[in-house]
Amino acid sequence: MNAQISKEIPVKTTIKTTGADAVIQCLLKEGVDTIFGYPGGAIMPIYDALYGYQNQLEHILTRHEQGATHAAQGYARVNDKPAVVFATSGPGATNLVTGLADAMIDSTPMVCVTGQVGSHFLGSDAFQETDIVSISTPVTKWNYQITKAEEIAEVFAKAFYIAHSGRPGPVLIDITKDAQFAQIDFSYEKCKRIRSYKPVPTTDPQSIQDAADLINHAKKPMIVFGQGVILGKAEVELKELIEKAGIPAAWTILGLSALPTEHPLNVGMVGMHGNYAPNIQTNQCDVLIAIGMRFDDRVTGDLKTYAKQAKVIHFEIDPAEIDKNVKADVAVLGNSKDTLAEILPLIEENHHKKWHDEFVELDKKEYEAVIKNDLFPTKEGLTMGEVLKEINNVTGGDHIIVSDVGQHQMIACRYAKFTKTQSNITSGGLGTMGFALPAAIGAKKGVPEREVIAIIGDGGYQMTIQELGTIFQTKLAVKIVVLNNDFLGMVRQWQQLFFDKRYASTEMVNPDFVAIAKGYFIEAERVSERGNLAKAVKKMIDHDGPYFLEVKVEKEGNVFPMIESGACVSKVRLK
Amino acid sequence: MNQEIFTVSISTENNVGLLNRVTSIFLKRHINIESITASESEIKDIHRYTVVVKTTEEAIQKVVKQLEKQVEVVKAYYHRSQDIFTQEIAMYKISVDNLYETDCQSIIKSNGGTIAAVEKEFFVVEKTGSYEETKKLYDDLYPFGLMQFVRSGRIAITKPKMLISELIR
Repeated sequence: MNAQISKEIPVKTTIKTTGADAVIQCLLKEGVDTIFGYPGGAIMPIYDALYGYQNQLEHILTRHEQGATHAAQGYARVNDKPAVVFATSGPGATNLVTGLADAMIDSTPMVCVTGQVGSHFLGSDAFQETDIVSISTPVTKWNYQITKAEEIAEVFAKAFYIAHSGRPGPVLIDITKDAQFAQIDFSYEKCKRIRSYKPVPTTDPQSIQDAADLINHAKKPMIVFGQGVILGKAEVELKELIEKAGIPAAWTILGLSALPTEHPLNVGMVGMHGNYAPNIQTNQCDVLIAIGMRFDDRVTGDLKTYAKQAKVIHFEIDPAEIDKNVKADVAVLGNSKDTLAEILPLIEENHHKKWHDEFVELDKKEYEAVIKNDLFPTKEGLTMGEVLKEINNVTGGDHIIVSDVGQHQMIACRYAKFTKTQSNITSGGLGTMGFALPAAIGAKKGVPEREVIAIIGDGGYQMTIQELGTIFQTKLAVKIVVLNNDFLGMVRQWQQLFFDKRYASTEMVNPDFVAIAKGYFIEAERVSERGNLAKAVKKMIDHDGPYFLEVKVEKEGNVFPMIESGACVSKVRLK
Repeated sequence: MNQEIFTVSISTENNVGLLNRVTSIFLKRHINIESITASESEIKDIHRYTVVVKTTEEAIQKVVKQLEKQVEVVKAYYHRSQDIFTQEIAMYKISVDNLYETDCQSIIKSNGGTIAAVEKEFFVVEKTGSYEETKKLYDDLYPFGLMQFVRSGRIAITKPKMLISELIR
């Protein structure tokens, strides 16, 4: 009997090594092959250990630690490999905070490792000491400070497990320098369970039945799906549900690309700059089926008038999201892939042609008032929309679009075509300007075989423009499109509409972006004439290597439709 | 919605920094913590925080869900006073001149206080009870000149079962 049990226990191999080497070993055991980071005093032992593993682990040296976090986010969102960030103590660590907050609100798995001053210095205001554990607490799913090298294996195993399980999120491990130097006996075992943590809640079978009943009896059902579909790998199940029940499906900005753009039941984006039809129909539907989304205020507008007529079904992995903003009549807890698969057999085949036709009619209104002018403008100035149209023409939608934050982001999400999932990378929840350039680096590193196109405004571009250096050094073939209106366009739009055209500090006097790209030896072109646009876009995409394209767009273009901040979704404006 | 007093009991792992994570969730929603205690529980390595806050039921429901979402929090509950037995302990430092004042003595006695220590210049009265009870003794002793007053956070035992052992099994 005893012999049998001992057979089942995996043999742990123990080696004698340093804490720093143990850190690298942990990463290898977790299947890490890429690290984004920036060295410094307190993490030097780990970098020194990394030097010995250059053929197994590639380190991408970004030009700023914030860039490393966004690159890791881009990497994590295009594939399932673990994304890892290294930074030193003090300013290195504090520079991670924006990326952590972004990853936290957008549920992106990421393991950040920061060096820390020696444990005997802790609390003494030592050089480059900062209390990153306290600072990062609200923006991490979990964090931990290692002061003893013996803790490394267990803490890293927990960190990877926590980051990737359940609703994913960023974790941070802070390691004191003495723990990196210390000699230990090292062995590694992956974490499979933490007793205080339940990553996926149990699904109540009754909730599945109740949801199916509501869907089967609905006359005007509407689906709104979010990133939970992509994180749960439930794209196929979502498509089956939509097709079987004939339900029009709209998406949040982070749900985009989970369902192909051309799918006949894809009715577009909800929210502030979403499409006209799904916003109007939110307040007309009788059953609203929310899947892996969290009713962000940019989606719902005024909660008091949001879908009050509808029964709400909420498929969600995170129990804390249930009833947080919108009360659910039926909450279906669990992983979207499992819960959708469970409900599918209970769903009756149906079509809601008349109801779907209403969406089509409303789409025509939007086309006439907005889309036609965005995509086929007759006025002189170039629009952001036509740039996206040209990109679609060349790629056919088989691309990864990484957008920054602002007008161009809304335009990219509205007009970029998608044929594959995990293809829309943007900072949805936090709205981090400067996200796109480094995130595109990470995305390209993650799936080098795919076309990665960063769409950035002239404002956000200059927040992380130094990452051109990373592109030059790594030769990653990122295509960068800056839609330049010499304004902080979204803020200017609000100033125009709600602040009486008082353009306070939104006009930008910009440098020669083409010259800057060329300074980094990146091929570059500027377009300001409509006649040259298509050719320039094609040249960029055909180019073998990184490429920069600046498009001088109309200075005071606005993004419509628009729901004013805090207004009712059905009050969506077309102009 | 009306603001009420809620007692939140949180069962957690015993780790450095966890208290910070727990309090930050109250901070995020701008809820002031009226009192907080942390102690061992009946389960090895599981600690219990008892937090008293004044807020709405809707807000506390959301906070409790956010608390439970934390990796090292096993379970969190919120209670109204009828669901729990609570105690707080208060200590009152009074000049020794009042020690033999009959009024003072009878106030301490009638309020169920005990004299915990007598020093050359002062004596210490101790009283365990509800907030209202320790507050009453405070008000009664105030005229004698309180040199120091301190009250602990609330501790609470719940009337319903908490099932913590089952959750961590």
